[in-house]
Amino acid sequence: MILVYVNSKNGLSKSALETVTYGKKLGAIVTVVTNGNASIDLLSSLGEYGASKVIVDREVDGEDAQQLTRLIASVAQSVGANTVVFSHDLIGKAVAPRLSVRLKAGLVAGAISIPDTDGTIKVNVFSGKAMGSVKVNSAIRIISLLPNSIQPEVSKEVCNVEETSGEGLTAAIKVISTKKPEGEIPLPEAELVVSAGRGLKGPENWGMIEDLAKLLGAATACSRPVADIGWRPHHEHVGQTGVAIRPNLYIAVGISGAIQHLAGVNGSKVIVVVNTDAEAPFFKAADYGIVGDAFEVVPRLNEAIRKFKAAQH
Amino acid sequence: MKILVCISKSPDTTSKVAFIDGNTKFDENGVQYIVNPYDEWYALVRALEIKETSGGQVTIVTVGAAADEAVIRKALAIGADEAVRIDADPKDAYYTAMQIAEYAKSKDFDLILTGKETINYNGSQVGGMIAEALDLPFVSLASKLDLNGVNLLLEREIVGGVQIVEVATPAVVSAAKGMAEQRIPNMRGIMAARTKPLSVIAPFPIEELTSFLSYTMPEAKSTVKLINPENMDELVELLHNEAKVI
Repeated sequence: MILVYVNSKNGLSKSALETVTYGKKLGAIVTVVTNGNASIDLLSSLGEYGASKVIVDREVDGEDAQQLTRLIASVAQSVGANTVVFSHDLIGKAVAPRLSVRLKAGLVAGAISIPDTDGTIKVNVFSGKAMGSVKVNSAIRIISLLPNSIQPEVSKEVCNVEETSGEGLTAAIKVISTKKPEGEIPLPEAELVVSAGRGLKGPENWGMIEDLAKLLGAATACSRPVADIGWRPHHEHVGQTGVAIRPNLYIAVGISGAIQHLAGVNGSKVIVVVNTDAEAPFFKAADYGIVGDAFEVVPRLNEAIRKFKAAQH
Repeated sequence: MKILVCISKSPDTTSKVAFIDGNTKFDENGVQYIVNPYDEWYALVRALEIKETSGGQVTIVTVGAAADEAVIRKALAIGADEAVRIDADPKDAYYTAMQIAEYAKSKDFDLILTGKETINYNGSQVGGMIAEALDLPFVSLASKLDLNGVNLLLEREIVGGVQIVEVATPAVVSAAKGMAEQRIPNMRGIMAARTKPLSVIAPFPIEELTSFLSYTMPEAKSTVKLINPENMDELVELLHNEAKVI
């Protein structure tokens, strides 16, 4: 039996649909466990992606990994799960390791593929510089799937929603306040990412990068030096010591492409590099390269996208 | 406050990544090992700052072979009081975490800190596993940590934002960027580190729940297609029709 944990707190994210699709590829019957106040309609819509049943605990708010682990462990035991799937996001990183100990189940963290015929699963290692094949030795396995590793697929199952309660324990973590910048696309989940580095010369020059991101519906990112000197917030820093991402399109403007930066982005499907220096190492990792001045190229690119978007409508 | 900081070695970020023995083993030839940056820059330095302002003791623990004592001495030079090395190959995250949990369970640590992940395996697993094994609360990816009496006040990353949370000690916390600033050890620290206690303990019998069987390198990109900087319409056309990403 396949059990998938889905975070349904702020609607269903694409990575949630990816995990249900992934579960469906592993077994015929997929049960989803979730928590919080999502509507029955929203939860039963997971049937579109292959869920046959959704079990929801309304009393668990999901802020405390220990409490959430108890809920998922209890559901895993009651449905007889041999595989539990998470998204390798902030909740997965907090809960999946706990569940691994609780169920004594091997955890494949950061999976990027479905299991091979020999049961091994590929994960990113060395911050994306290599991949490893992992075998699980225990009877139950836990897989946390790196966002954007597979695409959601429709498989139209009839999906029932059941409520459960009392499985968790009281939360030990008390939330004092929550800050969420409005309208920003979370970087790890973004399909399109526009990133810039020191080549932009100062934080006041990011307007054209934000315009480009807005035109494409992309998230913004930056290189480490730019985050370190405070031109951009730390959560935008991609690279070996920042966030590792694998979007469909990564546009890098004024970033030379140090090995530590490449480590965080070389899972991207398509890379576009804009740099004045034709010798910048990033061109070796790029699909499309533009040797030119960002202050001329980016506004020109924005104009070209505007034209393209207008022609599509 | 009695603090345990879990440290791991990791290859220097500029290390060449290659594999030997039929792609089953990381090629350590010429690799310089460092203290995993998240463990050192954020977890260890914040632990020392807390000790400096509120008193207490900072112990570091690592699971590794005798060769890892160089990175342990580095962590002692930065300012930890004592070190413990559990003499075993850290086979997988579960094995490593359970070794540390077994060691820590009778020691009454108020706070156990880890880095958010190692830069070689990126699993982000050990902190949560220790917390579950010791039945303690776990706050992951914390970018700020302050004391509030016997409680911890933390800022943590959540999907699409940040959150301030409070939790009672004892607790396990994984440290992300922002929690502290890197410290460079000075000569006095380096000298002092030589005589600080480093105890070696035998491993506990723990099984491996996962094994890495082999490694592969990502496919090399074909040569970059250069586009005339005057002609961004061409780039848009290629991204739409050839790459099919917009």
